[in-house]
Amino acid sequence: MTLPDLAMPAPTPPPLTDDELHALVDGRLSPAERQSLETRLAQDASAAATLAAWRQQREALRGLHGEVLEEPVPASLLAAAQRTAASRQQINQWWRWGGMAAGVMLAFGMGWLSHGQWLGLQNEAAQSLAKSQAGRDFVRQAMVAHAVYSPEVRHPVEVTAAEQDHLVQWLSRRLGKPLKVPNLSAQGFELVGGRLLPGNGGARAQFMFQNSSGERVTLYLGALDGAATQPRSGETAFRFVADGPVPGFYWVDRGFGYALAGKLPREGLMALAQAVYQQL
Amino acid sequence: MDRSELIAQIPSLRRYARALTGNAWAADDLVQDTLERACSKWRLWMAGSNLRAWLFTLMHNLFVSQQRRSAGRFTEELDVAPELMAPDMAMDLSLDLQRCLMRLPEEQRAVLLLASLQDMSYEEIAKVTGVPMGTVMSRLSRARRRLHELMEGAPGRPASPALRRLK
Repeated sequence: MTLPDLAMPAPTPPPLTDDELHALVDGRLSPAERQSLETRLAQDASAAATLAAWRQQREALRGLHGEVLEEPVPASLLAAAQRTAASRQQINQWWRWGGMAAGVMLAFGMGWLSHGQWLGLQNEAAQSLAKSQAGRDFVRQAMVAHAVYSPEVRHPVEVTAAEQDHLVQWLSRRLGKPLKVPNLSAQGFELVGGRLLPGNGGARAQFMFQNSSGERVTLYLGALDGAATQPRSGETAFRFVADGPVPGFYWVDRGFGYALAGKLPREGLMALAQAVYQQL
Repeated sequence: MDRSELIAQIPSLRRYARALTGNAWAADDLVQDTLERACSKWRLWMAGSNLRAWLFTLMHNLFVSQQRRSAGRFTEELDVAPELMAPDMAMDLSLDLQRCLMRLPEEQRAVLLLASLQDMSYEEIAKVTGVPMGTVMSRLSRARRRLHELMEGAPGRPASPALRRLK
């Protein structure tokens, strides 16, 4: 929009169009455009009257049923929103799992963590975990197990923390390795219990922890089949994966895969993963 | 996408539906239908895009198809009783305004409400209502002119014919 040339004797400006009036009424113009229209408006009494009427009308409409905005949302609508949000989440999960294989590959391929002093970089076992189908399956199954069991109210675990000795003995026998339950109370998490799960390479264990605000994290572990990994004692690498239904850290240690998953910020999960790693 | 984001949209959907239908019950039914439609159509919504515009589009389409189904079959009765029980100046004005709005053709009413009540841009309105910009602008002109005429004639008129309208 050009401004009128003040040096020229101003010819009668064209009357304002409806579109211009609407844009003025609804505040859709830049200050320069508005000013130019207002200059023309000064010579267009009929447009000015229309503008005033439309402005008044807009104001009245803006106030219409304003009280509805303050009312509490009716329960039936809240319930409908809840159903919709839940179905959206489910779709997200399916969609994400569909893209998981690619996502995990990408995550493994990019950015090993820089904590080199305690995260063995370039370690063979973890790299082969990353590359292998077994590793991808392991990560995916850990996420599914977390998504399935962590929302459980009545039966989140098979064996509760009250029977911790029995739990550890039982899972150690089934996984063929003496297990330990890490103590995460320094991070505010207490053991809820654990369960045995089937995985591609055999038995898997899931330990569930919960903090005082009810947030749950799960530690998923199991032997990775020998073809996929050549374990080297003391070697490990951490991977953070954020594109699943829940974020998690994954690593391999002496032929065993570990996945710690939970809806926590990365740093919180990292601290937990370090605690687990150091204790096991 | 989470629940709170969706719930945050409900009040403005309700208000728009109230102004569009002129009836509190019909409005909440329309919002409910919209949320249920959203439930079955989530796949079509791209995360990160404009949730509000998408919900208003769903609502607009539902409203249009409801109007089509009922067109020519019913006499529409406006929900004025609660307001009439507590009359005051502000009430009178908004009652008149709602009555006059109901005398606008639906497509003009929708465009006018989206532009003023919802403060949507014309581009957004074109998307929500699925018509070209030029149509949005001409509907807006007709709506504003007609509403002005109706409001000029409305105050103080007993037994406004807008109470009952043969569709």
